[in-house]
Formats: sequence, structure tokens, C-alpha cells
Amino acid sequence: MTATIENPNYAYPARSAGRRGPNLEKAGWIFMRASGVVLVVLIFGHLAFNLLWTPGGIHAVDFGFVGGKLAQPFWQWWDVLMLWLAILHGSNGMRTIVNDYVHKPTIRTVALWAIGIAAAVLIILGTLITFTFNPCPEGADLSLLPSFCAEL
Amino acid sequence: MSETSSSLTLPDPSPRRTTFSGTLYRGNEGMWSWVLHRITGVAIYFFLLVHVLDTALIRVSPEAYNAVMATYKNPIMGLGEVVLVGAVVLHAMNGLRIILVDAWPWATKHQRLLFWIVMGLVAVLMLYFTPTHLINVFSPMDGGH
Ligand code: HEM
Repeated sequence: MTATIENPNYAYPARSAGRRGPNLEKAGWIFMRASGVVLVVLIFGHLAFNLLWTPGGIHAVDFGFVGGKLAQPFWQWWDVLMLWLAILHGSNGMRTIVNDYVHKPTIRTVALWAIGIAAAVLIILGTLITFTFNPCPEGADLSLLPSFCAEL
Repeated sequence: MSETSSSLTLPDPSPRRTTFSGTLYRGNEGMWSWVLHRITGVAIYFFLLVHVLDTALIRVSPEAYNAVMATYKNPIMGLGEVVLVGAVVLHAMNGLRIILVDAWPWATKHQRLLFWIVMGLVAVLMLYFTPTHLINVFSPMDGGH
């Protein structure tokens, strides 16, 4: 036995008839897939490097280790790209879920604004920190800093 | 099985729960992969909110950052990290399955097989991650940390 869907693209048109302007829902749909593919590489690399390939794994994650990474442009760009894509992907996914389950207009508006504001705050905060970060803050305990700070 | 621009013929999903017979979807692999994708997506989202904020303490002081990182190093959090990484790996592998199912007719027809391939990949990746991570979590910390 087989089940046949007649005109699969016709019963539920991707866009209501008469809509004008750029198709933002379609752009979001494509973004979820494009960002997802890139995030697999960025997140798996992040987890493997920090938790598996660095001796000590989670125990080795401290200011010296992360400061040493964020002093390098390679990891700055890796982390900033991961931040933007993960926050935008996750926030757009949460938007879909709120639209699915929250039917009261006021609560829905509040929830969508909360998601948007949280996304903007975290992206701005994270980006500023990554590019203004000082791995060797003045007057700090040298034993807590990346080893290259001793040579300054 | 034929495929034209105006009709798509899918194999019978033969649902195990006959109370839902007549649907293509409910009670089968397709539904469970959607449920898991949604739950893992929300869980990772809330962790990410916290994780950006704890990482932001690196801009405050070495002491502040090390203090918050210390909370990730106790054994209970270590077990939680295995669950969290499991959620990420499942969401990532199933996300790739969703992309293939949407883009490639062969994958649409074999989405059920692909679900089990996703489960297999998750198992393999977690068999790689879990021992290494738990050894780190439960090893006594040597001086310096
Ligand atoms: C690791 C790589 C990832 C891949 C390959 C991936 C892939 C996907 C895909 C393909 C979708 C489906 C979109 C749709 O149905 O239109 C999705 C949804 C979603 N993703 Fe991800 N994702 C990844 C990482 C993340 C991360 C890091 C987060 C959280 C910050 C996240 C949160 C979500 C949420 C909340 C949804 C919505 C789920 C739903 O509508 O049921 N994902 N993801």
C-alpha cells in the first residue's frame, strides 16, 4: 500500500496569495539550514578542542586557557562567528516555537520581544568582549594569566 | 514509486499505533525526531544564554572568570555536561537529516532509515566523548588549577 499526496505544493502554498515584498519567512528557513551546517563545524570544533583535545579537558578551562585563545585572531573570529550564528539560529527557532504555542496576542508580543532583546544584548556584549579583551590585565596575579603575559 | 511535479508517492508508513492509522506522521520516527529536535533546541538555547553571560566574566577579572568556571568542574555538572553535549550532538545530526530530507527526494523517501542512522551516529559520537570527558571530570585536579 502506498499513500499519495496529490499536488504536494498546492494544498499548502508556501506563501499566502497576494503577499508582496521580500519573503522573510523563506529567508529564515534558508538561514536555519545554512547556519546549521556551519554551526556543526564551529560547535563540534569548539567542544573537541576545549573538552577532548586539551589535556585536562574541563579542568583546564580557566582564564589562562581562554585568555590565551582569545588573544589569537583565529579563535576570536571562530568564537564571534559561532556567537552570531548560534544566537540568531536559536532565537529564530524560539520564535517559531512561540508562534506555534502562544496564542494570546499580548503574551506572544512580549515573548517575541524578549527573545529579540536577549539576542541583541548577547550578540553586542559577546562581540565587544571578544574584540576589546585584554589577556594580560594590569595588576592581575601573574599565575592566573596566560604564560606569555610574563614576558611583557 | 513515482514522482512528478504534481504528485509525490511515499511508501506506506505502516504506523505501529493503529489508533493513529491514516496519518503519515504521528507515532512514527518522523514525529519523535521532531519532538527531540524541538526539546534539544530549546534546552541548548537556554544553556547558550547562560554560557555567553558566564564567558562575559572574562572581561571582569581572572578571579571572577575562574570562580564561575569552577562551578562547571564539579562532578554533578560534569554529568550534566554529558547530557548537554548529547543534546547538541542529537540536534546537530538530526538537523543535517532535516536538511537532507527537505532537499533531496531520496532522503525524503528514506527519512525513517535516516532517523536510525542519526541515532547510530549520536551513539558513536557519545561513545567517543563520554569516557574522555568523565575521566577528566573525575580525575583529581593537579596543582595549578
Ligand atoms: C549544531 C548545529 C545545528 C544544526 C545542524 C541545527 C539545525 C537545525 C535545523 C535544520 C532546524 C530546523 C528549522 C526548521 O524546521 O525550519 C533547527 C531548529 C532549531 N534549532 Fe538548531 N541546529 C544547530 C544548532 C542549534 C543551536 C546551537 C541552537 C540553540 C542556540 C539551536 C536551536 C534551535 C531551535 C530552538 C530550533 C527550532 C526547533 C523547532 O522549530 O522545533 N540549534 N536547527
